[in-house]
Amino acid sequence: MTEDVILQVKDLKTYFLVDEGLVKAVDGVSFDLHTGETLGIVGESGSGKSVTNLSIINLIPSPPGKIAGGEVLFHNKDLLKMSDSEIRHIRGNKISMIFQDPMTSLNPFLRISNQMIETIVLHQGLDKAAAKEKAIEMLKLAGIPAPEKRIDQYPHQFSGGMRQRVMIAMSLSCKPEILIADEPTSALDVTIQAQILELMKELTSKLGTAVILITHSLGVVAGTCDTLCVMYAGRIVERGRTVDIFADPKHPYTQGLIKSVPRLDRENAERLYSIQGQPPNVIDLPDCCPFYPRCDRAKEICRKKYPTSARFENGRAVSCWLYSEEPK
Amino acid sequence: MSEKETLLDVRGLKMHFPIRSSAFSRKKNFIYAVDGVDFQIRKGETLGLVGESGCGKSTTARAIAQLYKPTAGEVILNGKNLVDMKPIDLLAARKNMQMVFQDPYASLNPRMTSGDIIAEPMHIFLQRGLLGLSKQEMDDRVEKLMERVGLSRFFRNRYPHEFSGGQRQRIGIARALALQPQLMLCDEPVSALDVSIQSQILNLFKDLQDEFGLTYLFIAHDLAVIQYISDRVAVMYLGLIVEISGAKDLYKKPLHPYTQALLSAAPIPDPKVEAVRKRIILTGDVPSPDKQRPGCYFYDRCSKRMDVCKAKRPQLTTMSEGHQVACFLYGKPE
Repeated sequence: MTEDVILQVKDLKTYFLVDEGLVKAVDGVSFDLHTGETLGIVGESGSGKSVTNLSIINLIPSPPGKIAGGEVLFHNKDLLKMSDSEIRHIRGNKISMIFQDPMTSLNPFLRISNQMIETIVLHQGLDKAAAKEKAIEMLKLAGIPAPEKRIDQYPHQFSGGMRQRVMIAMSLSCKPEILIADEPTSALDVTIQAQILELMKELTSKLGTAVILITHSLGVVAGTCDTLCVMYAGRIVERGRTVDIFADPKHPYTQGLIKSVPRLDRENAERLYSIQGQPPNVIDLPDCCPFYPRCDRAKEICRKKYPTSARFENGRAVSCWLYSEEPK
Repeated sequence: MSEKETLLDVRGLKMHFPIRSSAFSRKKNFIYAVDGVDFQIRKGETLGLVGESGCGKSTTARAIAQLYKPTAGEVILNGKNLVDMKPIDLLAARKNMQMVFQDPYASLNPRMTSGDIIAEPMHIFLQRGLLGLSKQEMDDRVEKLMERVGLSRFFRNRYPHEFSGGQRQRIGIARALALQPQLMLCDEPVSALDVSIQSQILNLFKDLQDEFGLTYLFIAHDLAVIQYISDRVAVMYLGLIVEISGAKDLYKKPLHPYTQALLSAAPIPDPKVEAVRKRIILTGDVPSPDKQRPGCYFYDRCSKRMDVCKAKRPQLTTMSEGHQVACFLYGKPE
């Protein structure tokens, strides 16, 4: 392994036991995150994007959830095997998160100052006055006007975009090595989305933070991510550098996804391409390629066995029988 | 397009909602959700309505459908003004105008089967003697509609929770089609759907339009979706239309600074294009529509603002055939 890998996810499996059966929400996900890299995870709802990231920081509610296998190595230490107090040291400190809805992830009863100071005091051992100063400095970096005044306000006094700025300021206040952003702009308007993405790019590159960006929007990924993982039904079906994947998508699902988004910058065809059918139900999924019922290039082997991963240049990997040798 | 007749004519539509500033205050305040909107939709065309949250897109659609009683203005469908109609006449007129809603979870009654949901509009019109269909004919129509929108007719006894989001949206579309309307008001019908399902539903809207000659008012916040589906596009900001034009013209040559910013903020799913793109990043948020301003509503966020913009509000002026913009950059007042 190269030196600058800070997070290594190896064959991660997270299952949920529900009344209807076993839901393999994440089923054998592996990827590496390098220092300063922005990694995108795209997929549709239910594909396991968020569960992957909750598993990384060991926040899966158990029961019904259970991390059934795999390793998450952060500086060669397995986060999944750590005790609660050990991981609490890392969460919010070395690895922090931003969630989709800034209203529900901020405590409505507490002033912004209290919420920010708590984190800083806990992880950095500063006293309250110094922590407050630090918090104000972070809010200023995040582009909040008059932070000295705003810091004593409550979350409802901020607009959606401003709340997301507060979240960013809060999550970066301990200079984390990794920032996990789960659909950070999905609840925001396009003009505000552009502001927030720009801010995230600027701050994380200033602090040298690596980012895992979870999103369903291919447009957001194209503009922000260096590398990309495409998830479908709990697995990564294709990963590689963002430019490579958009220039030449290999997995039929990635191809379909890219083709089915209407584009602003060119005239669209009379009819959009669309992938037929519905995303699969992941309960008790058999060992087949989960995409085969919707795939127009499906073969006999696809309904029998999950494809092995085929590798290409620049760290590209594709899980599809079109590129892997069929077993005898 | 221009020779086609006008189906819907919206004139000076205003929708103000009263709010109280405090529990003891006697002064009445308003949210000026829609503050004087004019546009026409011709038969068989799609008018896209685009803007950020809170700009009054949905309120416009609801005020057209008379789900809200407009504060002022006229909504003329087929030459008749809906605003001051008697309830029974309004019901009859609504047969020609149906809505598709954003949230496929909230817009279907969870205790009705999909077949009943689709048949409900027909039942309502049947009971009031506005529709002459036998039970058999209604059943046939429900099954035909289900097949047409891509659902098996064997699903007619299933309940909404047994369907996925995309399938539910298909039920909502079938319900809207049940009365064979001329105009469909589609309020963000694809925003809650996944990418692969979104393109299926967009194609369905296009196919239905070709087949039944439907006219759409199509609301979305996604500019690429609007470009794909619309013949003409209206851009709204704070309850006003700031630019309205043919879709091609608008995307090639956006005139209003807000339209330009909106287009430049929308991400394009291509890293090579994104890498070299220059963005106009707007500062600040959309202001609250709780007061009427004398000047241009976009003044606070505009990069090209002038003194005149603060004092006077620009009106929509025609720049070229079918392209109107409300901005002083294109003609100052005397």
